[in-house]
Amino acid sequence: MAINKDSNVYTIIFAVVMVVVVGTLLAGFASVLKPNIKANERYEKQQNILYAMGISENQGAGDVAFIPTDRVESEFAKYITKQLVIEGDKITENDQAYLIDIKKEATKAKKDGYVRKLPLFVGQKDGKELYVMPVRGKGLWDAIWGFVAVDKNMIVQGVFFDHKGETPGLGAEIKQRYFMDDFAGEQILDGAAFKGIKVAKGNNDPKNEIKDDFEVDAIAGATITGDGVSAMLKKDVAMYVSYFKNL
Amino acid sequence: MGLLSKKDTKLILDPLADDNPITIQVLGICSALAITAQLKPSIVMAISVIFVLGIGNVVISLMRNIIPSKIRIIVQLIVVATLVIIVDQVLKAFAYELSKELSVFIGLIITNCIIMGRFEAFALGNGPWRSFLDGVGNALGYGVILIIVGFFRELLGSGTLFGFKVLGDSVEKTGLYAIGYENNGFMVLPPMALIVVGIIIWIQRSRNKALIEEN
Repeated sequence: MAINKDSNVYTIIFAVVMVVVVGTLLAGFASVLKPNIKANERYEKQQNILYAMGISENQGAGDVAFIPTDRVESEFAKYITKQLVIEGDKITENDQAYLIDIKKEATKAKKDGYVRKLPLFVGQKDGKELYVMPVRGKGLWDAIWGFVAVDKNMIVQGVFFDHKGETPGLGAEIKQRYFMDDFAGEQILDGAAFKGIKVAKGNNDPKNEIKDDFEVDAIAGATITGDGVSAMLKKDVAMYVSYFKNL
Repeated sequence: MGLLSKKDTKLILDPLADDNPITIQVLGICSALAITAQLKPSIVMAISVIFVLGIGNVVISLMRNIIPSKIRIIVQLIVVATLVIIVDQVLKAFAYELSKELSVFIGLIITNCIIMGRFEAFALGNGPWRSFLDGVGNALGYGVILIIVGFFRELLGSGTLFGFKVLGDSVEKTGLYAIGYENNGFMVLPPMALIVVGIIIWIQRSRNKALIEEN
């Protein structure tokens, strides 16, 4: 009996079989490769945290070179002395704190009564105590995130930003050195009050010599991404202020 | 007779030169502009496309007699998408940095016109072996152009090849930079890829007059 390939029944059966086969194949691949992918994501986080602290392989002026993956775990253990989880007034030490998914925490925190887990990484570099906070927000197209390293007076020592899908050449520039380096030395607290750092277009200080104006120079053509960076710094860093006040 | 008959050899070699998907058919331009600022991503992209198009052509060719014509295009899309996801996952597992750099563009292999074009035009009407050769040939033709463009853009734009400073150090002013050479920053930007592709097309057409259309 010849099969009528134009019949609806045949078409539907074909589609169903195809979906099942493809689904199985992809699920198989995903589960085989998952451990490797997870490890890579872990290394990336450690690299980013270390980068914000100024521990990198940067040589040239425009480099953003992380500690290579084969060394990152030992370097991370060497420089990060404590990993804290802040839950309201409760502060616990947890050496897996860097694995906390702050995106999930932010979603959970919208529910009433949930006390958000805030990871904080305490590190030593050149005899100086540094505190690294993760931040996450929205750019123009998709998520932006990063790590901010401050000293005990909440003066920024270094930052790292990354993004999922900002426009190359415009918003994507937030992960370039010239933008990230501007943050170093900026203050976050005005006396005791929290101010944050604004990515400002009308900045009188494009060379960024004034460090107590709570502003860095924006990237031309990336207004919304820049506003996203300001908002993310304002929102996420503010949550840590009480910790620093009790320090 | 060798492994490949004359006709089969043509399938591989034609797309490399006189039937090149980028310079003659002008397909797959978008990715050629986007990822060729450096040599390494160009090569990875070329390998990924060779994999996707070679295997994809075989799969489509094997299924060519059972694919219902009504959902032909969707089936093709699913095949490409599956292969692309596999490539993406493998890169994420074994070349994470690179996969971040190529992220969007690996996904965009799905929309690479060369792939759907070869499925529709060749694999649906030919056997698996010939389809495989055609796929690999076209992907190679695409890859060769990517690599040529990537070579010139990285060399002239950043003074490096595979990240090695072949022209000396631009900050320390050694090598060529000592005598006043400067990197051309424009080479790093996408428009320059279009111009380099244009130059390749120009050279190719001036060498082979048969390619020039009559007006």
